[in-house]
Amino acid sequence: MASPARLELTGITKRFPGVLANDNVGFAVKPGEIHALLGENGAGKSTLVKMIYGIMQPDAGEIRWDGQRISVANPKAARKLGIGMVFQHFSLFEAMTVLENIALGMDAKIPARDLESRILAVMGQYGLKLEPHRIVSTLSVGERQRIEIVRALLLNPKLLIMDEPTSVLTPQEVEQLFTVLRKLAQEGCSILYISHKLHEIKALCDTATILRGGKLVDTCDPAVETSRSMAEKMIGGSLKDISRAAGRSFGAAKLAVKALSLPADGPFGTALRDISFTVRAGEIFGVAGVAGNGQNALLLALSGEAPNADPASVTVDGVAVGHLQARARRGHGVASVPEERNGHAAVPIFTLADNAVLTARDRLGMVRAGLIDAKAARTYAGEVIEAFSVKATGPSAMAESLSGGNLQKYIMGREILQKPQVLVVSQPTWGVDAGAAAAIHQALVDLAATGSAIVVISQDLDELLSLCDTMAVINGGRLSRPMAVAEAKIDEIGLLMGGIHGEVAHAH
Amino acid sequence: MRIKLEKRREPSLAMLVATPIASVILTMLIGIVVFDLLGIKGFKAVVDIFLSPLLASYKWQDVALKAAPLIIIALGLSMGNRAQVWNIGAEGQYVIGALCSAGMGIAFGQTGGFLVVLLMIAAGIVGGGLWAAVPAWLRTKYNVNEILSSLMLTYVSFQVLGYLVGGPWKDPNGRNFPATAPLADAQTLPVWPESTVHLGVLVALILPIVFWVIMARSEFGYQVRVVGSSATAARHGGFDSKRTIWATMIIGGAMAGLAGGLEFLGVLHKIDLGFASGYGFTAIIVAFLGRLNPFGCLIAGIVLAVTYVGGQMAQTSVHIPNSTAGIFQAMMLFFILASDILVRYRIRVIPSAKAAGV
Repeated sequence: MASPARLELTGITKRFPGVLANDNVGFAVKPGEIHALLGENGAGKSTLVKMIYGIMQPDAGEIRWDGQRISVANPKAARKLGIGMVFQHFSLFEAMTVLENIALGMDAKIPARDLESRILAVMGQYGLKLEPHRIVSTLSVGERQRIEIVRALLLNPKLLIMDEPTSVLTPQEVEQLFTVLRKLAQEGCSILYISHKLHEIKALCDTATILRGGKLVDTCDPAVETSRSMAEKMIGGSLKDISRAAGRSFGAAKLAVKALSLPADGPFGTALRDISFTVRAGEIFGVAGVAGNGQNALLLALSGEAPNADPASVTVDGVAVGHLQARARRGHGVASVPEERNGHAAVPIFTLADNAVLTARDRLGMVRAGLIDAKAARTYAGEVIEAFSVKATGPSAMAESLSGGNLQKYIMGREILQKPQVLVVSQPTWGVDAGAAAAIHQALVDLAATGSAIVVISQDLDELLSLCDTMAVINGGRLSRPMAVAEAKIDEIGLLMGGIHGEVAHAH
Repeated sequence: MRIKLEKRREPSLAMLVATPIASVILTMLIGIVVFDLLGIKGFKAVVDIFLSPLLASYKWQDVALKAAPLIIIALGLSMGNRAQVWNIGAEGQYVIGALCSAGMGIAFGQTGGFLVVLLMIAAGIVGGGLWAAVPAWLRTKYNVNEILSSLMLTYVSFQVLGYLVGGPWKDPNGRNFPATAPLADAQTLPVWPESTVHLGVLVALILPIVFWVIMARSEFGYQVRVVGSSATAARHGGFDSKRTIWATMIIGGAMAGLAGGLEFLGVLHKIDLGFASGYGFTAIIVAFLGRLNPFGCLIAGIVLAVTYVGGQMAQTSVHIPNSTAGIFQAMMLFFILASDILVRYRIRVIPSAKAAGV
């Protein structure tokens, strides 16, 4: 008889009020296997992983560990078994050192000196570069992730769960991470790798388990499958390509940013330094970059939420608007969608109709004599829901009652249907399932086709490469020279994303 | 067994209405138990405080007179609270409003009439608003917490009152008591025939409608709600948070000043050292018990006024101090704040058998 699987799930079912998050899911992970868990948002990946790591308990089904049936009471029990997990969102204290952060996360008390030598040993073994005495707030996102990985590796895990680890990394950092993971797997550690980036799964994983709507769709070999076939299994339908008219030409310059600088907002904010670029009518301009390099500041500076002293720093159709606030800029046709949906783009405890008033009231005449025309707001919210197939009970649904993807569709629709001259969006498809992402991309392309200038700020390179005409990279608050997407080289973009002081310095 | 708070998909309207009512009932029940334990007839005391003023028709005008300032102040405070502006210095704005009304009256000597009364009331509104503008300025300019600054200014206002009624404005015929001279009849508010109910009561009945229209229908009310829910979303929508803080703070002060002026012109007719009677503080309870809703404030204002009048009645009937009413009012605030969470969360009891069975 062959040796038992490291982890084997059978018939796992988890029910939440109103949803069946996991329905009779079962698969096995062999020792030393890198196993992908694929699925759209809401497919039940997180719930499944949380049950393996002991954060939740399944309603039915069994978990076997090296052939033994187990129940994982809590994460501490999971770690004791040898299950490590690296979360998508790090839990690190910004003001403390790497060493202190790792010490805080250990179940057992280990003297600082022993811990440091163990950390150095683990880092040496896997080629993870990290300085234990650096303060976390000075580290890049990639370095922060390494802390989490080291923290997990110190426990000598037999199964490492990684939740969307590459969403914040540069292409070079992704390569480094893969090297570490492959080494781990060679040593017999199993890896459960959660992602929706199909080319990564093809490059890294031995097996892929695909979930859809809480059910297991397929367990397949990514080497045999194509990215497209896996995507179609994931969404349960055929994938739509972005359709755009061939041989489009751009109009005159619509949005021009000239020598835009803005001081940092708070100690962990990023200052914008001398940013210049031009977006022509009909053009989609992409801004790539690793999170925290000034993307948020750039969106605020363009939307008018952070106005600039110099009016000429931002011009729309030749009119200087740099000094204007958000409301006045909307009057000039500038609309924006920030990355944070709840509490920035929308008020969570307001209805969708009330949220329509937030940004559409002036352009669509929803205020008369100081009074809000509630009927106009409801009608417009209804139109957006209809046009963007937002899943909601109607205009009177609370924004917070919508799923992330649906709220994003609503917010994108709210801005796009206002027919803005300039639209600035940040992370348009973050946390949005593939079907909805395609719809949002198509809507952006269609808006550009009507002659609007669009700026897309995203950390998802694939998204930018497929969507944009021109792109530039933001790093440390500086924007690189724009390049035509057709001619862009992924290596060069990756280096720019890492910044001159980042990856190049590491290479020495 | 485990008890867990679970977020509701949408805030519960039923709980929004039920929790204030439950708070009042719980306050009554606990009052009965506590008084009985202290050897006082608890049931009688609670009936006197909460029900007798409503059952005895001759007490209704007392209730109306006490409810009017509470409602007016609470309307202004609840608008501020909607914008996350915590003005707890309404008592001081109420005092300054009354003083400004008095100053305007003194400026006209014995002359009275419609226009003078109107000017006196306007002076009260402006005075209260300006007094509240100080914490607004400190908050927007220096990020000073308005809870502290508005409260401290209340004590400053008491000093101002003491100085004026004991000095420049002291009634020369007042046997040296620190108090202003009684108002000339022509400077007092019109009173409903055969009663003590003055025009201010009518104002207190009309203002909730005005405030409801502003909060629920106007763009300004929308701005206040957005700023209170999320300053970032407000900025995205093009609303100025600082301007909203200024506006709601000043409106809160203006309403307190109006209440002070009306109380002076309609009820007391003079200002002495005991003019500040706690309406400004009690109105905070009214605002919360009324769920920051204008019509809720109307009802809650009446409930609190009943406890004031009832407290006085219980003084003679069951011989408990007048300040007992204050304890009941505080208990109501305690319960309403404690039960607030039920609007957005539900309590789920998870049986222990299930948790252990995995």
